[in-house]
Amino acid sequence: MIAPPDAASVSADSFDLMFLVMVVFSGFIVLLVATLVIVFSIRFRSGSRANRHEVRRLVSREVEIAWTAATAFGAMFFFWFASAHFLRHAAAPVDAMEVHVEAKQWMWKATHESGARELGSLHVPLGRATILYMNSQDVIHSFFVPAFRLKQDVVPGMTTTMWFTPTRTGSFHLFCAEYCGTGHSTMLGEIVVMDEAAFAAWLEARPGSGSLVDAGRVLFTEAGCASCHDPASAVHAPDLRGIYGRPVPLADGRIVTADAAYLQDSILQPDRDVVAGFDPIMPNFSGLLDEDEVAGLVAWLRTLERDDG
Amino acid sequence: MTLEAEAGRGRPGQTLPRSYLGAGHSVRSWLLTTDHKRIALLYLGTITVFFLIGGSAATLMRLELVTPPGELVSADTYNRLFTLHGVIMVWFFLVPAVPATLGNFVLPLAIGARDVAFPRLNLLSWYLTIAGGVLVLASLLLGGVDTGWTFYTPYSSLYSNSYVTLAAMGVFVNGFGSIATGINFLVTIHTQRTRGLTWMRLPLFVWSLYAVSIVMVLATPALAVALLMVVVERLFDLGLFDPARGGDPILFQHIFWFYSHPAVYIMILPGFGVISEVLTCFARRRIFGYEAMVFAMLAIAIFGFFVWGHHMFVSGQSYYANLIFSFLSFAIAVPSAIKVFNWSGTLYGGHITFEASMLYALGFIGLFTLGGLTGLFVASVPIDVHVTDTYFIVAHFHYIMVGGMVTAFFAGLHFWWPKITGRLYSESFARLAALLMFVGFNFTFFPQFILGWMGMPRRYWSYPDDFQVLNVASSLGAVILAAAYLLPPVYLGLSLWRGKPAGDNPWDATGLEWTTSSPPPRENFAVLPVVDTEPYAYHADRVEPHRRGDASHRAVSQSSDPGDDA
Repeated sequence: MIAPPDAASVSADSFDLMFLVMVVFSGFIVLLVATLVIVFSIRFRSGSRANRHEVRRLVSREVEIAWTAATAFGAMFFFWFASAHFLRHAAAPVDAMEVHVEAKQWMWKATHESGARELGSLHVPLGRATILYMNSQDVIHSFFVPAFRLKQDVVPGMTTTMWFTPTRTGSFHLFCAEYCGTGHSTMLGEIVVMDEAAFAAWLEARPGSGSLVDAGRVLFTEAGCASCHDPASAVHAPDLRGIYGRPVPLADGRIVTADAAYLQDSILQPDRDVVAGFDPIMPNFSGLLDEDEVAGLVAWLRTLERDDG
Repeated sequence: MTLEAEAGRGRPGQTLPRSYLGAGHSVRSWLLTTDHKRIALLYLGTITVFFLIGGSAATLMRLELVTPPGELVSADTYNRLFTLHGVIMVWFFLVPAVPATLGNFVLPLAIGARDVAFPRLNLLSWYLTIAGGVLVLASLLLGGVDTGWTFYTPYSSLYSNSYVTLAAMGVFVNGFGSIATGINFLVTIHTQRTRGLTWMRLPLFVWSLYAVSIVMVLATPALAVALLMVVVERLFDLGLFDPARGGDPILFQHIFWFYSHPAVYIMILPGFGVISEVLTCFARRRIFGYEAMVFAMLAIAIFGFFVWGHHMFVSGQSYYANLIFSFLSFAIAVPSAIKVFNWSGTLYGGHITFEASMLYALGFIGLFTLGGLTGLFVASVPIDVHVTDTYFIVAHFHYIMVGGMVTAFFAGLHFWWPKITGRLYSESFARLAALLMFVGFNFTFFPQFILGWMGMPRRYWSYPDDFQVLNVASSLGAVILAAAYLLPPVYLGLSLWRGKPAGDNPWDATGLEWTTSSPPPRENFAVLPVVDTEPYAYHADRVEPHRRGDASHRAVSQSSDPGDDA
């Protein structure tokens, strides 16, 4: 049936207000233009006895300036209105719960901080900010949850993020919104919002829970990371203790913050953002580690900061 | 005295040049013609064929979408259908529809020239379009392309198992036709204007062709680069868009939209020009705010180059880029709004009649307004995040492209048809088609705004049940629309052998094209006209005509010197 989409996140409510304001405004303009066109067409139809008085040049020039100015003012108002909303919801809270999302033709996979994994669905707790770190294994996909009024492309070779705070429990559509081939319209999923207790119980019951950091710690040695990145190593590689959240100067002069996306990218594509003062000698792990192992490593690197700081 | 000579009669006392249609009947006389009018007809035939192919694909898609599960065709077939529809309609119908078809016919006539500046280059443009079209049709016959008309990488470069290279080469070749037409029109407008036709006396249709030519010349090379990169990546495996080898999939989107956003203006600016001609003629009024209209068109052409990033708000580009592109997109709304208000203002104080062209033009104002206003929605970053890649976008650009440009094309085709063929079509059938198209169009595409807002993604072959009601409505509308599109070929075709002779100026319009015979002679004018007034001089300046008869002031006086064609 024709029903408004569910509104199930903090930004969805303010989105709906903004959308309504623009619909009302547009409706008003359409009515205005339609009225002008229809009234003029009838009143000034050929043979009508309407009084066609002279429009002095000055008057028409003033009319012109008036509606140009009004349009410019309106456009700037809506720019401000929309951009203010955008900036208000741009940055995720620092304590947001992290979930790693992996897209590939034609399925969605999610890995929670605890190591719990799910396929084709994503369970999140009510009222808690959740941030998704998203990667694609093949082509560009797009993570679209109409109930949250949010969409973010998932691009191979980079990590994109998206965050939300659910405000209603229930199950909501997840669509792939960027055309990705034969199975595009079947690349569907389900976002399940549960209250905090139910979510905790659900997470507890998942296999693999509680092991993400541990897995990362083991892997840090097994995969050979420690042999270079250990402070005692003979190889000249950056010391990773306390790396998380710090600004990192790069060889090309940029300075980036070592967030989860940066760490993930550095493991999968080490040549892209080389740290200043180091040679680009790190091997590429993109074919060697799967996304859960990368997520484990990132989780482990984050704990290094806590130990250190 | 032959019939053709009769049709192309000159002014009294002049020799009688033959109609361009009678200047040869062999196939060779058409395929090797350098007459801009004949080339325009070659284009008209070409885009009609492509419109039918692209329209059939759309009809099949709407049928498929009647039911939520994909039942009529397979997912792969559906993906090939929407790609075919997009590629054909954008590059082989919309882009050449008004500039290369109507523009080719009218431009030299409207500026009092004997032809375009480079008649042979003009013919080459058509052959390039045909060559490109043949490549695209070949890819269709071999098995189709499934990337969408946007050819996004890395899907198109590394993953698609379809005839991407062939189709991309087709569009690439066709692009050179666009560039050649653009250069030709720019030079023509600069050098071929008749005596007295100063820049500020140019009809707005000529200005719109000038603006669109700038965009075609400057933007199309970017498309060529983007498509060539896809082709060489597929052929030589260069890894330009492959992140594993240091490539960047997003790079393609930047280059592609650097062309394709201006291309939206290639597809709508000439429509602005057509509508300005038609409205003034049937309202018997000078255009409201001529100078503002000229500068608005140039502003749109130039601003159009700086807004491409608004197609990429969710691609992962930075917040700052999003805000800047959003700001520029709102800014471009201002000149567009000026045009809508000025068209409405033009009606004020007129003596309006409602011929078919005028119905199309009035419909255009409404549909373009709705299309433009929904442009404000998608210029807002947070709203675009929700509605981009949904049916809201599909509806938005169809309101501009079909509601705007296709409507303008029909307005222009009906307006100039008597000039092109020398015949009048059935006005009642034409009005019926115009009304049916307006109703069918809104019936088809308005529900799609709601579908997009509800969250239905575009390019979906199957969809959840929640979306069915509106999809059925949209498909019903498409039936009306398809029926409406089949009418003009019938009554316009009939007019060729049953139509009354049109006379030189059936609408009593002011443009120079109406001062020569219908159909015009090969050289356009027996004697080149000289211009001494502003355009749209339907009444004396600053005087309101009280009777319709007052409003047929002649804009043009004929030169008395037959040797003067400088």
